Amino acid sequence: MVGIIDYGLGNLGSIQNMLKVIGEKSVITFDTDKLDKCERLILPGVGAFDAGMGKLNENGLAQFVKQKALVDKKPILGICLGMQLLGRKSEEGELPGLGLIPFDNIKFRLDDTDLKVPHMGWDIVDFKQDNRLIKNLKGTQRYYFVHSYHAKCDSEENVLMTCDYGYEFTASVVKDNILGVQFHPEKSHNFGMALLENFVKGC
Amino acid sequence: MFIRPRIIPVLLIDDRDLIKTVKFKDRTYLGDPVNAVKIFNRKGIDELSILDIGATKNGKEPDFELLRDIASEAFMPLSCGGGITTVDQVRELLAIGYEKVVINTGLIRNPSLIRKSVELFGSQSIVASIDAKFVKGQYKCVIADGNETVEITPVKLAKEAEDMGVGEIIINSVDRDGGMQGYDITLVKSIVESVKIPVTAIGGAGGINDLKKVLHEGHAHAAAGGSMFVYYGKLKAVLITAPSEEELLNAGIYKQ
Repeated sequence: MVGIIDYGLGNLGSIQNMLKVIGEKSVITFDTDKLDKCERLILPGVGAFDAGMGKLNENGLAQFVKQKALVDKKPILGICLGMQLLGRKSEEGELPGLGLIPFDNIKFRLDDTDLKVPHMGWDIVDFKQDNRLIKNLKGTQRYYFVHSYHAKCDSEENVLMTCDYGYEFTASVVKDNILGVQFHPEKSHNFGMALLENFVKGC
Repeated sequence: MFIRPRIIPVLLIDDRDLIKTVKFKDRTYLGDPVNAVKIFNRKGIDELSILDIGATKNGKEPDFELLRDIASEAFMPLSCGGGITTVDQVRELLAIGYEKVVINTGLIRNPSLIRKSVELFGSQSIVASIDAKFVKGQYKCVIADGNETVEITPVKLAKEAEDMGVGEIIINSVDRDGGMQGYDITLVKSIVESVKIPVTAIGGAGGINDLKKVLHEGHAHAAAGGSMFVYYGKLKAVLITAPSEEELLNAGIYKQ
């Protein structure tokens, strides 16, 4: 069972739809008792950084997620804003993030290019280290991105994937049981389905 | 760098029917929208947009039940529009699987809806859809499914939408709608050059060459269309279709 953390922001339905096709049960809830019973957690999110952190804080979910991630070592996957919230902070907002992985989120610096922000569309990624999340993903992996900010890790050891948009940026972060992807696997056809399947079956 | 401009079929819905228009009128009934979405999903298309063109006109809110059914069949980027007037509706649409909502009439009638939505859900969630019509020698904007002309140029409205914080603009040519004779490149280019955010072009796509032209000459960020994804051949037989990966690579639209 996967617990999809519902804090009022995000494309929760599409994640659940894809998990259903994979054959994995899931529950969308903000109830920490129910989430606690799940083997794995997904922290989704579409939207602004402070709106996301604000909601996590007011529901007591921020503390819960930290506890599950750090003490119980439960596998947790942050998606899009959900990934950014795993970091310390963001140039998009004022509130501190969950601080589970040492990175900050910065705005794309593309003033000298004709590239548009948000970085929106399909893009390919490079795997920077081995992980069960990307087990058996062979050949070019293509995912759907929509974001104006991206993670900047202190250390390469937390960079799982990179992508190139004007420059190379971090597209996926990792620290032990804590994972994050900037793109939307639930919107990335078979590519995203393979990755989510790895998360629910292997991580 | 990987180059893959999004090619986006746009499906028009009115009262649960999948339809297609010409110049926003002359409707043709095409069938069941959920079935069409299943086919597009199998084809692995880049993105899909669902626009309920009857909602605003009939004073209805988005058809959440139908939109939920559609989203459960589509594992690709999805946007939807039509009849959105409140922040709660935006929240609900994002929750059921649409990462972008498209607002047209609200740009004029309800700018605070857009500002509030941007603040709550982020720029990338809100798309401004601008319907342009060439009237007496100049472009004007129309709203409410083309039924109301407003005294503002598409370029000005695009800039205002960007100031409101939207993350993307769709520029539609009413005159080219359903014609399959090519996009209005001049119109598209004028919008692209006046804003920094991505611009998607729609209105007039008849085939791959039109997509290529609007991307390369109009500098659109993405190319959307209606007719070319639902009709086949000169006689316009109804067929849900999309150019293949190979065709788009061969045409130089995708580059790897």
